Amino acid sequence: MADAIGADAIGAAGPVAAPTPHRESGWRRVLRTLLPFIVVAGIWEAVSHSGLFHPRLFPTIEAVAAQFVRLTVSGVLPYHAAGTLTRLAAGFALAAAVGIAIGIVMGRWKLAEDTLLPPVSVAAPIPGIAYAPLFLLWFGPGNASTVLLVAFVSSFPVVFNTWTGVKSVREVWLRSAVAMGAGGWRLFLKVVLPGALPFILTGLRLGLAQAWRILVGVEMLAAVPWGLGWMIFGAREFLNTDVMLAGVAVIGAIGLALEKGVFERLERLTVVRWGMMT
Amino acid sequence: MPYIEVYEVSHAYDTPSGRVAGVVGVSFGIEPSEFLCLVGPSGCGKSTLLNIIAGFLSPTSGEVRIGGRVVTGQGLDRGVVFQDFAQLFPWRTALRNVAFGLEMKGVPKNEREEIAMEQLKLVKLEKFAHAYPHHLSGGMQQRVAIARALAYNPGVLLMDEPFAALDALTRDDMQRLLSDVWRKTHKTVVYVTHNVAEAVFLADRVLVMTPHPGRVKTEIAIRLPRPRDPLSIEFLDCQKELLRHLVEPTPIGKDAPRNGGIA
Repeated sequence: MADAIGADAIGAAGPVAAPTPHRESGWRRVLRTLLPFIVVAGIWEAVSHSGLFHPRLFPTIEAVAAQFVRLTVSGVLPYHAAGTLTRLAAGFALAAAVGIAIGIVMGRWKLAEDTLLPPVSVAAPIPGIAYAPLFLLWFGPGNASTVLLVAFVSSFPVVFNTWTGVKSVREVWLRSAVAMGAGGWRLFLKVVLPGALPFILTGLRLGLAQAWRILVGVEMLAAVPWGLGWMIFGAREFLNTDVMLAGVAVIGAIGLALEKGVFERLERLTVVRWGMMT
Repeated sequence: MPYIEVYEVSHAYDTPSGRVAGVVGVSFGIEPSEFLCLVGPSGCGKSTLLNIIAGFLSPTSGEVRIGGRVVTGQGLDRGVVFQDFAQLFPWRTALRNVAFGLEMKGVPKNEREEIAMEQLKLVKLEKFAHAYPHHLSGGMQQRVAIARALAYNPGVLLMDEPFAALDALTRDDMQRLLSDVWRKTHKTVVYVTHNVAEAVFLADRVLVMTPHPGRVKTEIAIRLPRPRDPLSIEFLDCQKELLRHLVEPTPIGKDAPRNGGIA
């Protein structure tokens, strides 16, 4: 009998105009999302004003905000953020390109799968930062080792998910396509790739999160001349906890923006629209 | 001369307990524009046979010829419709699904979308041309699949229980629609089913197959005028006769493997 597909097919009598996202009133939603943050901020303020810690170690939110504005206006923060983002873009682009390619090769050729799966499986669970000293020795401190390490570490989830995606492309799609004269390169581009897309996007999303984590860590170690990780680490020398917290806030904001602005949008335009992912 | 000739086709497959004969020495012919149903219990090799005609499987021995040419693989002379609703590409609209075969043939965009639209009209889905498959019901998805298999104008339509996963009411509609489409397009159809009433409704001729190993037991011509009335006495008589052949115990040869349930 019909498998999973039947379930959502039965409900729809005709094409449903682009499903309108469930809307609770805008303000309520904003409030509901903000509430936990407001609570945490309140506790933070209470602690920082209580005198339990030295204000240099536990700055108030006002102080962090003021520092944030100062750093932004002076261009220090944008400069560091730009440096970090450039490395992220370079490392992640490399990881995506190489990771997708390796994943596809593994998914399509048994020999490649048998050869690559064991080493990939062994290397993947090792925390990325453990490789950092090795990369620093090999490629010297600076951008090259940072970008390469980010690429190396973040390529694993891309490889795994692409591989899984290619393997899980439905046999019936391939058969129909082949029956209609598709083969070789065109079969790959028009059927295998879109068929594997939900997995590939998941892999990229996980890879980006991985890249972001390892990058900030490595910036603290790799003696790169600028970057958010370096800024936070450097601020330690002067007990500038407000600078550190401003840096952490920017890291969080950029991560969230990439997730919501890039990946959710990409998914809405493709796999969600096609009903391959909800 | 028959348009499709299945000549002494056998197919064996490997299982953990050894080689098992799926289909043994099957021969029959199909005339141009004939609607042929293969009926039999599961495990009788009817789907295997269809897959061999489609070129997805190679026979262990024997051969299939279409229009005189031996089948060695898939070809644009055959359109295939599967049982699985998921056969449509979810990333393409109904129209672009139907146009896929033409795209592979290198037909320019405007022309192929025009042809695809005509095919969608044939299955009464022109209004849903720009809907994605997941917004269509199971019956609609199967209609798109039929349009898609017809769009590049193959001479043969191969259908593997396309309506088996639909509810009974939808299935009746689909059978009427397919009957109309077949009369309009004059395709040669090979249709696999285990549903006796469906076979009597659709077919010019029904081949009854028996399992373990799969053989053609008998063939029955359905001479009822179309459109057929499933409630008429004649229809029910045909159904009875077909059922009789299906349930009649067949003598099991001593060489027949007792490997029930695999197929």
